[in-house]
Amino acid sequence: MMQVQDRPLGRGPGPILEVRDLRVEFPTRRGVLTALDGVSFDIAPGEVLGVVGESGAGKSMTGAAIIGLLEPPGRIAGGEIRLNGRRIDNLPYEPMRRIRGREIGAIFQDPLTTLNPLYTVGRQLIETMQTHLDLSDREARQRAIGWLEMVGIPAAAQRVDSYPHEFSGGMRQRVVIALALCAEPKLIVADEPTTALDVSIQAQIIALLKRLAREKGTAMMLVTHDMGVIAETADRVAVMYAGRVAEIGPVRDVVKAPKHPYTDGLMASIPPLDRKVHHLAGIEGAMPRLSAIPRGCAFNPRCPHVFDRCRVERPELLDTGTTRAACWLYDPASEKQAPELFRHA
Amino acid sequence: MLAFVISRILQAIPVMLAVALISFAMFAYVGDPVSIMLGQDFTEAQRTQLIHDLGLDQSFLMQFATFIGNAVQGNFGLSYRLSRPVAELIAERAPATLELAFCAAALAMLIGVPMGVYTGLYRNSWLSRAFLTFSLVGVSLPTFLIGILLILIFSVWLGWLPSFGRGEVVQLGWWSTGFLTWSGIKALILPSVTLGMFQLTLIMRLVRAEMLEVLRTDYIKFARARGLGNRAVHFGHALKNTLVPVITIAGLQLGGIIAFAIVTETVFQWPGMGLLFIQSVSAADIPVMAAYLMLIALIFVTINLVVDLLYYLVDPRLRIGRGAAGGH
Ligand SMILES: Nc1ncnc2c1ncn2[C@@H]1O[C@H](COP(=O)(O)OP(=O)(O)OP(=O)(O)O)[C@@H](O)[C@H]1O
Ligand code: SF4
Ligand SMILES: [Mg+2]
Repeated sequence: MMQVQDRPLGRGPGPILEVRDLRVEFPTRRGVLTALDGVSFDIAPGEVLGVVGESGAGKSMTGAAIIGLLEPPGRIAGGEIRLNGRRIDNLPYEPMRRIRGREIGAIFQDPLTTLNPLYTVGRQLIETMQTHLDLSDREARQRAIGWLEMVGIPAAAQRVDSYPHEFSGGMRQRVVIALALCAEPKLIVADEPTTALDVSIQAQIIALLKRLAREKGTAMMLVTHDMGVIAETADRVAVMYAGRVAEIGPVRDVVKAPKHPYTDGLMASIPPLDRKVHHLAGIEGAMPRLSAIPRGCAFNPRCPHVFDRCRVERPELLDTGTTRAACWLYDPASEKQAPELFRHA
Repeated sequence: MLAFVISRILQAIPVMLAVALISFAMFAYVGDPVSIMLGQDFTEAQRTQLIHDLGLDQSFLMQFATFIGNAVQGNFGLSYRLSRPVAELIAERAPATLELAFCAAALAMLIGVPMGVYTGLYRNSWLSRAFLTFSLVGVSLPTFLIGILLILIFSVWLGWLPSFGRGEVVQLGWWSTGFLTWSGIKALILPSVTLGMFQLTLIMRLVRAEMLEVLRTDYIKFARARGLGNRAVHFGHALKNTLVPVITIAGLQLGGIIAFAIVTETVFQWPGMGLLFIQSVSAADIPVMAAYLMLIALIFVTINLVVDLLYYLVDPRLRIGRGAAGGH
């Protein structure tokens, strides 16, 4: 039998992750909240996609949907998630469990709470590897030590039998990284992996992640508030706003020459370090609550360039030449066209 | 480890001294042992002699010191009521109470923990709801009422189980056990259920609450994100963390079980220390009451020590030296 290929030939290997029109809903007593609405993006093998946006934009939610661990009652209500071309958003528990850790690794924000305090780091590594790989106890232990060395834990052969509380925050995050990588997944979802750490350690952890991802050819979805990290680490960036992707494109273009008015405001208000962005330079108001997302473009009440169409029709991601932005200014059919003023270089 | 044990034992000493003082104060200020023991006919010489024999002519501190000295050797004098050494009376009754408490505690743990885990994991199943309703009954009904209801159902109506006493016991040295005869085992059932019911429901609710709490933690989410299966997550990671606080409460409850056996023993005429205590109270038999009080205190203190040790074994965070503990 011939193999059927569902993507055009001649573009090299397909993306490792495809998210199409992802919609996540939370049924609540006061009606259904839509936390993610029409989120689409791809990640190519070995690529790092940075994901940025204000607090509550839906970054963590996107990550949780991808690893299939949305917190109930949250559920995927539409769209598709494909891993290596195979749909994973509708998988039953058991096949999805086998993907978690093995094909998609996850790194959480706070290393002080992500490790089980009652088990040694070695035991947690060994159990993860033995869940997914066919390893004897001795092999698994050897590999656990190897992973600790790889993430830069000194005296790994001894430290393998230490408990999480015996490590500093930075060291614990290294252990978490080892745990996320130890079954050699080809995609990592890292949700603010350095936010909870000391500023002095953040750069080291990012450098480590970047190096390991490169060495292992692991693709990464990297959620962060730190534009410095994005500029230095990511290949492409997705900017999220109110549960939607506002703009997505190569990191240089999005950071240096944003096309979406929201990205423009976000880039202009980059805080000196990595603190969360709570208000944007030159842009009034705050991101709407999920229960009050305006009609049309979600950004329209705050947008300095808003025009009639924005309040009625919702913009899809449109080609801007360099990036793709969900903004009517880039539809040739709109009555208003993009000004040449989004420049910060 | 040894230093830890020694420090805990040192901490227990003031507690035991305080209880001893209370027990001793009962001797000194409640009732008049001399007139109780002499009865109606006596000479003044006999009376003086007895006061001297009992040491009642010495100073308070001397008497207290003598009391402690005797207590440490397990010597609490003679029972006023039965005129036999108190230690002997208690030793005779202790196996009955300890076997009952053991069964009640085992019941509470072996049923309470799994029920708590189940109701924590399957919050919305009908069985969980049934368990919770049942636990509400267990918590709110007073022990004696549960006992009487059980007697009514299983002894009076169904006639399956005895309503009082220990059944046949077998003597193993000084220990009398009900575990080795069929009638002894049958006799244990109703009192154990009665005594363990409150603890069972308490442990179940505690485990459930802890389980819900633990399942929300990041390390459980991370365990799932690493692809661990439900079994490993629930029973490997969640349950162990749940048990840390449960150990403390369960330990305290065990002390409570022994102390509150009084009610159950009275309802079932169970020949244990609790029944002895109640009988002693009505006869103002101070030596027995004092000895019982001290024994219960000793049991509580010992259980606390064991609980601390268990904690120490389960939770590695307590195991490191103080210097490293603050180091993150
Ligand atoms: N259990 C829930 N029920 C209803 N709404 C929820 C629930 N959990 C999260 N949300 C909402 O979903 C939206 C997206 O949240 P998410 O955690 O993905 O934001 P985020 O972009 O990661 O923000 P942050 O930068 O603060 O981490 C938020 O508006 C949040 O209030
Ligand atoms: S669509 Fe309209 S409101 Fe939305 S960002 Fe573009 S210009 Fe602003
Ligand atoms: Mg988040």
